[in-house]
Amino acid sequence: MSGHAIPDRTPAVALEGVHKFFGNFHALRGIDLTIARGEVCVAIGPSGSGKSTLLRCINQIEEISAGRVRIGGTLQGYVERNGRLHELSPREIDRQRRLTGMVFQRFNLFPHMTALGNVIEGPVHVKRMPKAKARSLGRDLLARVGLADLADRYPNQLSGGQQQRVAIARALAMEPEVMLFDEPTSALDPELVGEVLDVIKDLVASGMTMMLVTHEIGFAREVGDHLVFMDHGTIVEEGRPKEMLEAPKSTRTQAFLSKVL
Amino acid sequence: MASVTTAMAAPSDEAPRDEKQQVRLNEVVPRRHPGRWVAAALLAIVVMQIAHGVIVNPNFHWNVFWQYLFAPTVIAGVGWTLALTVIAMLVAIVCAGILVLMRDSDNPILRTVSWLWIWFFRGTPLYTQLLFWGLFAILFPRLSISVPFGPEILGVPTDWVVTAGVAAILGLGLCESAYLAEIFRAGFKAIDRGQTEAAQAIGMSRGRIWWRILLPQALRTIIPPTGNETIGMLKGTALVLAVPFTLDLMFATSAIANRIYLPVPMLMVAAFWYLVVTSVMMVGQFYLERHFGKGQDYVRTRHT
Repeated sequence: MSGHAIPDRTPAVALEGVHKFFGNFHALRGIDLTIARGEVCVAIGPSGSGKSTLLRCINQIEEISAGRVRIGGTLQGYVERNGRLHELSPREIDRQRRLTGMVFQRFNLFPHMTALGNVIEGPVHVKRMPKAKARSLGRDLLARVGLADLADRYPNQLSGGQQQRVAIARALAMEPEVMLFDEPTSALDPELVGEVLDVIKDLVASGMTMMLVTHEIGFAREVGDHLVFMDHGTIVEEGRPKEMLEAPKSTRTQAFLSKVL
Repeated sequence: MASVTTAMAAPSDEAPRDEKQQVRLNEVVPRRHPGRWVAAALLAIVVMQIAHGVIVNPNFHWNVFWQYLFAPTVIAGVGWTLALTVIAMLVAIVCAGILVLMRDSDNPILRTVSWLWIWFFRGTPLYTQLLFWGLFAILFPRLSISVPFGPEILGVPTDWVVTAGVAAILGLGLCESAYLAEIFRAGFKAIDRGQTEAAQAIGMSRGRIWWRILLPQALRTIIPPTGNETIGMLKGTALVLAVPFTLDLMFATSAIANRIYLPVPMLMVAAFWYLVVTSVMMVGQFYLERHFGKGQDYVRTRHT
């Protein structure tokens, strides 16, 4: 991470005091988190700890109840004028969402479109890219995730691992600044996990900024620059993955790691 | 950027043909089904009894049936019935689409209007509604744009606009829109929320998500019940005599029946044409379903 030009020093993602309530349930309890450009941030923690909610707040699938989310220094979802927050229009929110690419646990591919159709949907219908150009971009991206031959298959003709790789290509097609992965391998058969992790590793090597929620602790150690342990809606501990996994400071982290390692 | 070289090749799910020949496949003696033969025989006897009773029965006046099957007013009646069905259905589909959008909107006023519309048109009988539309020109002799409680700006006599045909179409279409709106709503509700989230994540606007992602998937579940409703509408047109609209198939055949004092053969003529039109519609529905089932219904069998 070089810090020569001024814009480079603004973090890719910055959360300040983020809270999220679902009714009376306090899902996020004051999250402060900074992800530098090019950094791979991995969030681990028990289910229900708020990891997924955090990701969903970053790309505004969920509206935050308190705090600020900034991407590349830009406040997300609102403009602040005279100390008050004003809601952005849906158009502007859609525009902001393009900065982040999201990969879901259950793939969420569009079932009525082929693999290629899924990948070019954003470029053609959001970015208004000419169809021919989008198709060649789409084919390149499918080749990048190792699916060049399966461009014309529908999602239900693909394995889980293949579907998830299409989903990654679909997110990359919008050229996001940050990629968010919400347990991308949790719905996969064990023998298919590797092919998806390989694609993510390739993205890490390309210098993509990303936040990854996962239960694959070994993978977190391998690719992560920054590990976050969450429990009950708070960040209990964060640090460098190797140090934190070998010598967790918090007893809650220790207890969790002893169960999953 | 290095490209990923996953060890996995594309799965070859089609076994080479000769591989199947190498295996000695089981030779299975099919199970016998004596029950089916008995049932078939019994049914054949019943069917022949009924057919005999209908075909040679002089009370059915088959000569009259053949005489009027292609009578000009009957054929015109088929045309009018079809026209009423198609146009009223289009009115209903457009209204139902708007009602669903209103029902799902953030605007509480639009939501309430949609609810009230469905409540009213579903809650009153079609026959009553058709009578009302028939009386519309008497209730409101002039249709005009005017300042409320003030002078008229622009106006025409109502019966220039709301003719019997228009009244019939409005009556059938608006009533149907309430039912269709509920069918459409069910179709959209059945779609996983993840679809909207995935589309939002690539920055699609709400309108575009609705049109590109949700509608094509909803149509898959919407089409079969809508086909049902269309067939119901076809036969519902028989009620337009309430308006009164006097050119449709049912009215045309009963007019002839009243003239020649032979209701049964004319009923058979009407039934024949309703069946023909329904059959054609079912073929159309088959192709629509196949189109919107792409990628979701299991159509192709890869192994055989």
